[in-house]
Amino acid sequence: MSQFQKKTQITRLERLGSDIIRITLDSPEISKIATPGQFVMVRTGKGKDPLLRRPFSISQVSNGRYFQILFKVVGRGTALLAHCREGEYLSVLGPLGSGFQIDYTTINCLVGGGMGIAPLLFLGKWMSRKCPDNLPLVVIGARTEGELEPLVKDFQEIGLSVYPATDDGSLGHHGFVIDVLKNLNLDAGSKTYVCGPYPMMLAVHLFCKEKGFSCQVSMETSMACGMGACLGCIVPVERGGYAHSCFDGPVFDAEELLWEVK
Amino acid sequence: MGSKIKEVDLGVSIGSLRLKNPVMTASGTFGYAREFEPYVNLHRLGAVVVKGISLEPRAGNPPPRIVETSCGMLNAIGLENVGVNRFISEKMEYLQVVNVPVVVNILGDTLEEYREIAERLADVKGVAAIEVNISCPNVKKGGVAFGTVPAMAAAVTAAVKQKSTVPVIVKLSPNVTDITLIARAVEDAGADSVSLINTLIGMAIDHRTRKPRLANVIGGLSGPAIKPVALRMVYQVAQAVSIPVIGIGGIETVEDVLEFMLAGATAIQIGTANFINPRASEEAVEGLAKYVAEQKLGSIREIIGAVVIP
Ligand SMILES: Cc1cc2nc3c(=O)[nH]c(=O)nc-3n(C[C@H](O)[C@H](O)[C@H](O)COP(=O)(O)OP(=O)(O)OC[C@H]3O[C@@H](n4cnc5c(N)ncnc54)[C@H](O)[C@@H]3O)c2cc1C
Ligand SMILES: Cc1cc2nc3c(=O)[nH]c(=O)nc-3n(C[C@H](O)[C@H](O)[C@H](O)COP(=O)(O)O)c2cc1C
Ligand code: FES
Repeated sequence: MSQFQKKTQITRLERLGSDIIRITLDSPEISKIATPGQFVMVRTGKGKDPLLRRPFSISQVSNGRYFQILFKVVGRGTALLAHCREGEYLSVLGPLGSGFQIDYTTINCLVGGGMGIAPLLFLGKWMSRKCPDNLPLVVIGARTEGELEPLVKDFQEIGLSVYPATDDGSLGHHGFVIDVLKNLNLDAGSKTYVCGPYPMMLAVHLFCKEKGFSCQVSMETSMACGMGACLGCIVPVERGGYAHSCFDGPVFDAEELLWEVK
Repeated sequence: MGSKIKEVDLGVSIGSLRLKNPVMTASGTFGYAREFEPYVNLHRLGAVVVKGISLEPRAGNPPPRIVETSCGMLNAIGLENVGVNRFISEKMEYLQVVNVPVVVNILGDTLEEYREIAERLADVKGVAAIEVNISCPNVKKGGVAFGTVPAMAAAVTAAVKQKSTVPVIVKLSPNVTDITLIARAVEDAGADSVSLINTLIGMAIDHRTRKPRLANVIGGLSGPAIKPVALRMVYQVAQAVSIPVIGIGGIETVEDVLEFMLAGATAIQIGTANFINPRASEEAVEGLAKYVAEQKLGSIREIIGAVVIP
């Protein structure tokens, strides 16, 4: 289990939309060993407030040296990160958690919503490099075109077929990713790799269960440490009790989790 | 750096336990130590205190269990742990090899449970001391925390002392009107040392949803926010008892360590800071070595209780 605490330099900071930011960080240690679905814990400031690190999925790695995080500004920590400048350093812990289990022998479908798309970019790139003959399908959704369009392009650039959906119909299907997924009529034995808001993951899980598809989901929980020390990051599991999102996950077989059906 | 540390005397004693330096890790913030292997040279620490262990495994509280607050965090983990038997069979082996003194933090619902855990830990190789978490509710006394009533705190201390073969550290709750009364009670009952403070009970509410932010409604506050309270309590307790005091609460840096030692702590524990900087404990050891060398002290012990009250 290799993990590092590193001061990593911001080599690039891009604004993909009004509140969506992509940061490229220079860290050979982390970039060389990270696998899709893993995450990093980032310090957002230098002082005591905000105190805790923030978790972000690794959304791409390149040249065995750089990795990216992609995030939406939702609160103080992400707002601070959004104001960083290129050349500055961020303290990062990682790579953390266990990622996606990939099966290259079947039809694979990546399903993402909102910022849940971040780890799927890394996964899609990884799959297309390891197995160019079996490219995954990509079904992703967001609120509007502005949020989704740059990410659709990223997937298309690596040669993947993207099926977008937006809440307001400004890009692709007008509605939810689950509807798009249903309309794909995937073959029996297909596998889905899912990350997004809870209701979306639940809908995809229920659909996959009905169809007999395997379904892996990446769970977001609140986290204090990201490395197994605080026991704060739990998710209820089917067999009773809890699993820990930061070391048993964040990626889980959806069948193992106890879902809260509202 | 390594050679510098050997030159200076950082050793302190907690009862019969000799520590190579005063820096320990706080229970529940350092897992079972192995989690920190990628970041810390564990053998360089004074001691590690492992996550609280109960007689039977506990699943803990439902989520959310943690929430960040100003300069701190609230937790309601609910004492999730693997239970004493699995702790001994699965976690101790690694710790024995690491060659760092292991302090086992224990908790229970009844006096009998505390006694029983102490008995099972007796003679387990590598256990250097027991730290008794008395902030737990006494199930037989209507759920009043053991640590809030001097007689109950004394009874737990005596029960554990009776069975333990290693020094017993009693970890005090700050959620009391006069912590020195509890400290004296456990000293009289035979405690070899007291550690303080455990978390301060707090609460956070989301005004938009009108719900508490923790599923358990209330939780324990830790981190820099509690440091002044902890420092005050360490100072008061150090005046009140003659056994060694271990200071805990918001310690992040060597400067914090020095402040607690000046207030009267013989050793200290680093808690929440491990989450933000997993190397905080080892960096504190390095910082202390540098301090002793720069100040040309004979040993770090010279600063214990050396606060100058004008
Ligand atoms: C394993 C993991 C991977 C993640 N990957 C990404 C990613 O790639 N991109 C991204 O944008 N975000 C990701 N997140 C979520 C991200 O960590 C939070 O958005 C971030 O911590 C918010 O910090 P803040 O200080 O800006 O907001 P805060 O001030 O802490 O909170 C602002 C608001 O966001 C909500 N919030 C905070 N944390 C979370 C959370 N973990 N899940 C849901 N709601 C939350 C709060 O309830 C509050 O309403 C991930 C989370 C986890 C656990
Ligand atoms: C997530 C978490 C879990 C904890 N679990 C325990 C525990 O099991 N037993 C215990 O005695 N104290 C426990 N504590 C309390 C700490 O050991 C320490 O007393 C407290 O956090 C104050 O120190 P700090 O401000 O440095 O964190 C826990 C604290 C935190 C933050
Ligand atoms: S986030 Fe601390 S144990 Fe998972």
